[in-house]
Amino acid sequence: MKTTITVNGQARTLDVDSRTTLLDALREHLGLIGSKKGCDHGQCGACTVLVNGARINSCLSLLVMHDGDQVTTIEGLGTAENLHPVQQAFLENDAFQCGYCTPGQICSAVGMLQEAADGWPSQVMEDVAALVDLTEAEIRERMSGNICRCSAYPQIVAAIRSVAGDAA
Amino acid sequence: MSSVKDWAAPNPITENRGGLIGKGVDRYEGRLKVTGSAPYAYEVDAPSRPAIGYMATAAIAKGRIARIDTKAAEASPGVLLVWSHLNAPAQAPRGTRANPRSQRPSNPVLASDRIENFGQTVAFVVADTFENARAAANLVEIEYAAEPGVVDFVASLDQADQPPGEEDVHIGDFPAAYAAAPVSVDETYESPIQNHVQMEPCATTAWWDGDKVTVHTSIQMVKGGQHALAETLAIPSADVHLLTRYIGGGFGGKGQAYDDLILAALGARALGRPVKLAYTRQQMFHGTIHRPAVSMRVRLGAQPDGRLTAFAVEATTHCARNAIFTEHAANFSRNLYAAPNRLTGHRLVKMDLPGAGPMRAPGEAPGMLSLECAMDELAEKLGLDPIELRIRNEPEVDPETGKPFSVRQLVRCMREGAAHFGWERRKAQPRQVRDGRWLVGMGMAAAIRGNFLLPAKAGVRIDADGIITLRQGMTDIGTGTYTILAQIAAETMGVPMEQVKVEMGDSDFPPAPGSGGQFGAATAGSAAYDAGMNLRKALTELAVGDPNSPLYGGPAEYVTFENGNIAIENRSETLAALVARAAPEGVYVEGSISPAADARDYSQHTYGAHFAEVGVDVVTGEVRMRKMFGVFAAGRILNAKTAKSQITGGMIWGVGTALTESNVVDPRYGSFINQDMAGYLVPAHADIVDLDAVFLDEADDKANPMGIKGVGELGICGAGAAVANAIYNATGVRLRDYPMTPEKVLAGMLAVGL
Repeated sequence: MKTTITVNGQARTLDVDSRTTLLDALREHLGLIGSKKGCDHGQCGACTVLVNGARINSCLSLLVMHDGDQVTTIEGLGTAENLHPVQQAFLENDAFQCGYCTPGQICSAVGMLQEAADGWPSQVMEDVAALVDLTEAEIRERMSGNICRCSAYPQIVAAIRSVAGDAA
Repeated sequence: MSSVKDWAAPNPITENRGGLIGKGVDRYEGRLKVTGSAPYAYEVDAPSRPAIGYMATAAIAKGRIARIDTKAAEASPGVLLVWSHLNAPAQAPRGTRANPRSQRPSNPVLASDRIENFGQTVAFVVADTFENARAAANLVEIEYAAEPGVVDFVASLDQADQPPGEEDVHIGDFPAAYAAAPVSVDETYESPIQNHVQMEPCATTAWWDGDKVTVHTSIQMVKGGQHALAETLAIPSADVHLLTRYIGGGFGGKGQAYDDLILAALGARALGRPVKLAYTRQQMFHGTIHRPAVSMRVRLGAQPDGRLTAFAVEATTHCARNAIFTEHAANFSRNLYAAPNRLTGHRLVKMDLPGAGPMRAPGEAPGMLSLECAMDELAEKLGLDPIELRIRNEPEVDPETGKPFSVRQLVRCMREGAAHFGWERRKAQPRQVRDGRWLVGMGMAAAIRGNFLLPAKAGVRIDADGIITLRQGMTDIGTGTYTILAQIAAETMGVPMEQVKVEMGDSDFPPAPGSGGQFGAATAGSAAYDAGMNLRKALTELAVGDPNSPLYGGPAEYVTFENGNIAIENRSETLAALVARAAPEGVYVEGSISPAADARDYSQHTYGAHFAEVGVDVVTGEVRMRKMFGVFAAGRILNAKTAKSQITGGMIWGVGTALTESNVVDPRYGSFINQDMAGYLVPAHADIVDLDAVFLDEADDKANPMGIKGVGELGICGAGAAVANAIYNATGVRLRDYPMTPEKVLAGMLAVGL
């Protein structure tokens, strides 16, 4: 079944098995290995990508559901020579060890920062109508869908805070 | 054989003139990881598009396959092969070594109709796509002849035996001293089956070129993997090229080869094209090892002043019937506290569960969950602060062997931790602090983990452009090995980090034992250091023997290496200039490390102290971390950033241990009921609040030439006990059954009338 998605700014038409997840389409058919398969069940967050600007677990989504969508993967955020600010902050804060959850953490953080800027409330806000103040507690709550078994959590929160602080 | 005396002399690492040792430099491979461009085993470029493998796995604990029908799978779209025990390629029988020097024996897959554990591989499908392979694997029909298996640990404790070749350790007269002790504790603590849950499931990509196979796989030990594959396929190990450049977490669970390695190689050979294969998350829980459950009885007998006179730690654990492994949960206690009358030992139940094996700090991690709570219980009975009780039992020499400690800063860890954490805020009486619906409490625990050095080699070359390349059959499982090896090489050679390349995870490179037991940095690093020292010698000879060098004529003993230069006082040139002129083809040397014979004369460990503050919800029994702090002493620290990350990562594992992590066995099938990441709960972002750690200044000159020790496992040791003690301090409820989930905490609070 033919599906056209725009990945990192480039239109791509794929004609693959309708059972193919967005994650496997990216990894196996487009060679974008940065999005990781940690559980294939939406439990770990390693496959997080941005679809039309919003973060999703790409393993829980079939490619055919995304005809016409704009997909941004870790490869679309920055390059080794020209890192995205969140990537740079992860590097400087040592916000990873094995690196397998890292692209998902970074894509999730980019999506989360936008959600916060757009005023999306969270479980830990006392006043859900208030402007979002990205405290450590807010970041932890909003990033809890991304597991890091190496447990670089303190550094991940520090990295995201540094970017959120710069943006504020 | 080297001696620890050789290690005491100053050297480029201990002098640290370039300041790279200890510096928190960014990870060597960091840019690849934050951009998602580091290829893991399933993602490497193969010579052609790989076919995709998928395993079908057993649904019973024990028995045999009575009937297997693969016809529907074979007829399924895109299928290239389907194997069961009826038609799988011949492999060497299990446990054999054609080459006696192989580090691992053969471990064939699909070798018979016998089922030895739930989740055992029973069929293998290769198809053109993942979707087709998975669909076909689900079409394999199997009928089992099930047999009763032993899968309930607690119900099987009476079947426990002495582990093969082991004796209990008796010192003094424990029974008499315990009977005579005026104050005593006798409690049993239970820790459950735990799972590594590395983020990257095990995976292999394999292809053949004639008789030689190339495998990219996710494994902590390069040689072990190479040898296991060679022995299983009955081919020379020289015909196996194993690569493992990026590994998405290991924690001990990837210390051995699994079926993905064997099946990908066999499938690629049969099909004449690359094959890749990954475990599913569910298959990881059953198809790879886990940490076994441990039941630990601790008996402590003390004088009224707190001095221990009788000390017993006895651990009963389990392993798979055909893969003997003992979780040595009592070993750590042999080195920790003084007591003249001692008993320690282990018992083992052989079960029909998936294989038990090493997981981060095997032995200490579950073991310390018992003694470090028993010490808390004893402190309360004595009316002593838990830190003071430990200080009163601080040994001057190793309490079991009488050997001197190489260096031991446990008391300093506890004192500095207490001061930094604000331990004086703790109320000795439990259940004294309330914050709204939360009961708040503090706990502490000591940490100890052995330190090890294994034999290793390393190769280092310098090319005409001055670039120094370190090559080693070592692995980086997220521990920071690439980075610390680059620091060691750069500091040894007196060059900036940018002038060093590190290449690892390749069976063609000089061998190192890999990552495990927190021996990686010391072992691989010491070999890298030695290789660097040999390169210094080679370059010195080159320079003083070259009439065109400003260093010509020496004296060689005055040669220094700094800022990318080789120099004798004010005569100098760059390494690049020297090599380009005098050895344009480059210079390659190797180095090695082996344990010093007299290192065994010292009791050598890493130490720490954990402090935890928790809130316990009086309505739900939920425990939330409020603060955690640790102080650690682990030799010279190579990289402030990566070492701290290892330690705090370990502490967070301790939080998971205390609060959530447990694999629950389904007694009907010998399976783990919670076999995914929604059921087996590891800590998430929101679980970890205000957690930090520091290292004490230390150098252990009995450890290795650099005075460094391991940090990968120390952080988990004792961490869960500190949380458990904080729960008691908050609630007055003493739980001895990990993890301390809301239903257990709530039941305990109801029992004490809360």
